[in-house]
Amino acid sequence: MKAKPRFPWPALRQLDGDPLGTGAAVQSHKTQAWTARTTDAKVVKSVCPFCAVGCGQKIFVKDERIIQIEGDEESPISRGRLCPKGAATRALTQSPLREYRVKYRRPYGTAWEELPLDRAMDMIADRVIKTRRETWVADHEGKPVNHVAGIASLGGATLDNEENYLMKKLYCALGIVQVENQARL
Amino acid sequence: MSTFIDLTGAAAQSATYGADEQQRMGFFTDTTLCIGCKACEVACKEWNELPEDGYEFTGWSYDNTRELNGNTWRHVTFVEQFSGRSAGTGRWLMESDVCKHCTHAGCLDVCPTGAIMRSEFGTVVIQQDVCNGCGYCIVGCPFGVIGLKEAEGTTGKCTLCYDRLKAGEEPACAKACPTDSIQFGAVDELRERAEKRLEAVQGRFDGAQLYGTDTGDGVGGTGSMFLLLDKPEVYGLPPDPIVPTKDLPQMWRAAGVGAALLVAACVAAAVRA
Amino acid sequence: MGTSFGRGGATTFQQDLQNADCLLIMGSNMAENHPVGFQWVMEARERGATIIHVDPRFTRTSAVADIHVPIRPGSDIAFLGGIINYVLQNERDFREYVVNYTNASVLIGEEYEDTENLEGLFSGWVKDRNGYTFNSWQYDGTNVHGASGQRESQESLAKYQGLNPQEMSKLEAGMPPKIDRTLKHPRCVYQILKRHFARYTPDMVARTCGISEEDFTKVAEALCENSGRERTSAMCYAVAWTHHTTGVQIIRSAAILQLLLGNIGRPGGGIQALRGHSSIQGSTDIPTLFNLLPGYLNMPQAQKFGPLAKYIEDEGGKTGYWGNMDTYITSLLKAWYGDHATADNDFCFALLPRLTGDHSAYRSILGMQDGAVKGYFAVGENLAVGSANSSLHRKAMANLDWLVVRDFSETETASFWYDSPEIESGDLKTEAIGTEVFFMPAASHTEKNGSYTNTQRLLQWHHKAVDPQGDARSELWFYYHLGKRIREKLGDDTTEPYADAIKFLTWDYHTEGPLDEPSADDVLREISGWDAEGKALNGYDKLKADGSTRCGCWIYCGVYKDEQNQAANRKPRAEQNWVAAEWGWAWPANRHLLYNRASADPDGKPWSERKKYVWWDEEKSQWAGYDTPDFEKTKRPDYVPPDGARREAAIAGTHPFIMQDDGLGWLFVPNGIVDGPLPTHYEPSESPIGNPVYPQQSNPGAQRFPREWNPSNPSPSESHGDDFPFILTTYRLTEHHTSGAMTRTVPQLSELQPEMFCEVSPELAKLRGLEHGRWATIVTTRTAIEARVMVTGRLRPLQLNGKTLHTVGVPYHWGRKGLVTGDSANDLLPIVLDPNVHIQEDKASTCNILPGRRPRGRAFHEFMEKVRSDAGAEVTP
Repeated sequence: MKAKPRFPWPALRQLDGDPLGTGAAVQSHKTQAWTARTTDAKVVKSVCPFCAVGCGQKIFVKDERIIQIEGDEESPISRGRLCPKGAATRALTQSPLREYRVKYRRPYGTAWEELPLDRAMDMIADRVIKTRRETWVADHEGKPVNHVAGIASLGGATLDNEENYLMKKLYCALGIVQVENQARL
Repeated sequence: MSTFIDLTGAAAQSATYGADEQQRMGFFTDTTLCIGCKACEVACKEWNELPEDGYEFTGWSYDNTRELNGNTWRHVTFVEQFSGRSAGTGRWLMESDVCKHCTHAGCLDVCPTGAIMRSEFGTVVIQQDVCNGCGYCIVGCPFGVIGLKEAEGTTGKCTLCYDRLKAGEEPACAKACPTDSIQFGAVDELRERAEKRLEAVQGRFDGAQLYGTDTGDGVGGTGSMFLLLDKPEVYGLPPDPIVPTKDLPQMWRAAGVGAALLVAACVAAAVRA
Repeated sequence: MGTSFGRGGATTFQQDLQNADCLLIMGSNMAENHPVGFQWVMEARERGATIIHVDPRFTRTSAVADIHVPIRPGSDIAFLGGIINYVLQNERDFREYVVNYTNASVLIGEEYEDTENLEGLFSGWVKDRNGYTFNSWQYDGTNVHGASGQRESQESLAKYQGLNPQEMSKLEAGMPPKIDRTLKHPRCVYQILKRHFARYTPDMVARTCGISEEDFTKVAEALCENSGRERTSAMCYAVAWTHHTTGVQIIRSAAILQLLLGNIGRPGGGIQALRGHSSIQGSTDIPTLFNLLPGYLNMPQAQKFGPLAKYIEDEGGKTGYWGNMDTYITSLLKAWYGDHATADNDFCFALLPRLTGDHSAYRSILGMQDGAVKGYFAVGENLAVGSANSSLHRKAMANLDWLVVRDFSETETASFWYDSPEIESGDLKTEAIGTEVFFMPAASHTEKNGSYTNTQRLLQWHHKAVDPQGDARSELWFYYHLGKRIREKLGDDTTEPYADAIKFLTWDYHTEGPLDEPSADDVLREISGWDAEGKALNGYDKLKADGSTRCGCWIYCGVYKDEQNQAANRKPRAEQNWVAAEWGWAWPANRHLLYNRASADPDGKPWSERKKYVWWDEEKSQWAGYDTPDFEKTKRPDYVPPDGARREAAIAGTHPFIMQDDGLGWLFVPNGIVDGPLPTHYEPSESPIGNPVYPQQSNPGAQRFPREWNPSNPSPSESHGDDFPFILTTYRLTEHHTSGAMTRTVPQLSELQPEMFCEVSPELAKLRGLEHGRWATIVTTRTAIEARVMVTGRLRPLQLNGKTLHTVGVPYHWGRKGLVTGDSANDLLPIVLDPNVHIQEDKASTCNILPGRRPRGRAFHEFMEKVRSDAGAEVTP
């Protein structure tokens, strides 16, 4: 690290080898102390959430907050590089438009309402059970079918394998067959 | 050259750091490898925590950020060369522009507050805590790189990720660049690499030429060099950039001579009296 | 690709593209949409490879390619068929590879008739069912099971009609019974191919694609010159091949070409399918798809109802690795129903719901329109912007009882009931929409543990960095807790139908942290599977059909090998070769380059030193090389299966395509594709011209849905056929991601492409009076949207038979929410689908374009009424 300047004042520092005051002499204390904010951050290894190239990412965390996401140079696929979307991953997760609360619109309602998460989960479970019962198909052309005609789902291509697995498993158990994702679109 | 000029060059300024002086670092941006993805623009904004610069469709090909300025420190220029005719015969040139980190930096010369400094890496950095936004540097830059940061009341431009360099990291744009169009390294080594690359692509790319590698040019060569595929002005780069303070030493010398004559005249007058 | 090679995934991996001597990028704008993967293309280019980009538009990929050929949208099969013809006519195929590794020598039954004889149709067409039966496409002397493909087809086509299971997969010494290794027999696949593609002459290609013969020949020659023992060529494609009513057949054309040139299973070769979402490969492997169970096992179908044994009989092969279907499905049922699944109760097979036909995404939306679908989950999907005819989607959602939207921010899907073009035009009224909407904030990948499967079948684990804030939760949390709640609400004595399916379900993942987040690691371990002692399985060859093993997805078996999360492997690249076997984990069995036994000659020796990859090590008596061999490790190259051999034992030592019944690469697909055993050029469903190749205009098997809200633009032969004279093509930009939900919410990306625009050639601009930078309105019978005009030489008019054709290009990233907004291109498109995979035609349809902005409010409604009535395109319910 840089040797401590002998004089505190920039004007005096100019006497010390930087007579024109364009180099060491004009560095502010802040500049002298300025270094990458990631140096003392925790590094968490991750993967880019956008396209399917699968670029390695390093997430830098300080005080339980993400302060930077950049490429993982150890990745054999991406070699530390990222595209503009990948480079904006931190901004994605901290977007000014991100929502952190459940929003509820009642039938024929004209505005969003608040709804506690627990209550929302309960209501969704009730609706699944009800629609399952009401649209249950026991057989089709004389053959047993046992599926739900009235519930469908779209989603999965941006989700984790483990999530897709639980979705498919639960939907199958409920008899929901209209399960689709972006791979088709 | 005079002693004075020697004092303002990148080498002399870095030397003020004494034992802390580092190799002069810079960029070589090879546009034969650029795919115009703008990862550099975003990676730069992410690292340097720069805000967006307006949501406006320009119609300038795929360029909607227009220019380098206080909040856009990497900027990709797009040039469509189709002469109104069919695809397949034309070219689409892309170039990621950035501060040149000149050997003789106009911005640094004219900064009245000492906000702009030559770092130990030979790069030119605006210290945000010192800058008062007077804007002299904006007109002092022959490349039009610097702009106001209105929210902060300062000016801004590429620092070559001074903070990352101090931590042994490469600049954010060079790290992100998917195709290695932006290369980071020691300026001497990059200049050599640029020359070799030019030689290698002769015949493969029409109009290939280097920009910023000539140490005899009006800014003494730049720390950010480019391999272009057409004349610099096609990319909006000045073909013959000259540091506005180039004649400053002569002016100082002339002023010095004038002052000496004046003193001599006064002395002579006094003696006569 | 599944039907040609055996597995529905990229045959190679991105890093290996650097070893290609020639790269054909087609149906993909790789530099823009996969910029970081594109570094390997640039590596190849800098090593001297020829980079070819075949694309209607001159894009950022074309800008760095050596050759750009601007073909007409939707003419891909004509172009590739032309190259196939070029290879066959000039005998430029890699003969030793073709004879030994493909089904070129196999004789097809006498009943087979080609499109050459039937005016563009194959034998087996059943007009009133709008589909084919496969009987006449079979190998002479035996029927074969398709490794894939029919798994994604409509049951209603009764594809198995006439196929006697006992006659399936009859191999003699590992080969189908009737073959001609000289490739001279008129009924051998090679000769059939030659006749089928003879029509695709350079002249025909030029006339169909709107390019010069010279450009075509340049590409064909580059591929031929760079294929063979010493050299290899690779191909990259993306959704610009799948987004057609002939999507599967375009990919088939590429597969045929790569097999003829001997480029599959070899370094620098292969076909790289470039997927567009972080885990889109994973979401087909572990499918959130209606027709599949994990590992490409078919969902059981009502029409084929029967016990588990019948399912195995119907769906499994006899020979090759699909012969182990019994072990795959039994292990899956054990994973799901645990101790409840026993041999006595058929491992609870009856608890799986049965399909009654096509239940794909667009069908659900049409079901919504009809009022049959009442509840809907949109999970990280923004159908109100991202789906074809999104206007129909929004109107259909107004018919739902309830809608759950899970996303980071409020998407257009979540807000359709108060902010949509239909509300603006008065077609929908907020107070009249009865849909109950739950918006549930989602956790991002930085806020949860889990694995993605990337475009090269590589599973990579991402670790949680921070906890999600507020109500934001992972999908893992949502579905785990939803399942738990439903189970609790039902109780043990429920009378709900088929409650055992819920009650028996294994759902005991441990949870952690203050949010009760289920352990993703637990779930991955179940996916990978364990044995009777509860020890993690090391690979799918350990699976048993007796119920002693559990495995949630057989192709992922081994991802938890040695009780370690292999997807989390991160050995730095500098410490291993370019295959990087210790970075993540690739399915199957950590094989990175599939069918790599083909990288060696029939004797097991590398074809050349330059293209060495996997070879037979006689001393150690096993396969060796840079990657995990995609072959039984100790099966000798001279192994000849005894007659009657089953499962993998039936695959000869020279047959690299181990998932196929016969171990061969299928140039001709006798079973598995619903719209023909060979690719055929058909015009897009909406095209401004007649089919130059056959009398049959468009894909006869395409799924069409003529109904209210989904009218078609009239074709040139119909009245008002000139109302929509231009080709419309949609695409993505580097700066945005699909519907924009993940990018129009980000300031640094929004500023890079802030507004919806359309791209037109200077000629079209002049013709229609469009001014650069100003506005244009693009019109179809579905709707009209407005966009800023980009006049650019990157688009060019095509000359076809003296007719000038113009293309309008539109990116599809905009909608009404987000930091930057604009009209949605997908509103313009019809719902018309490929019959194999039910994917819509986004890349080629027709439109009109007018200068100026579109009308607003009620005036817009009236404008569209007039467009439709002028075109005679009113479709009444």
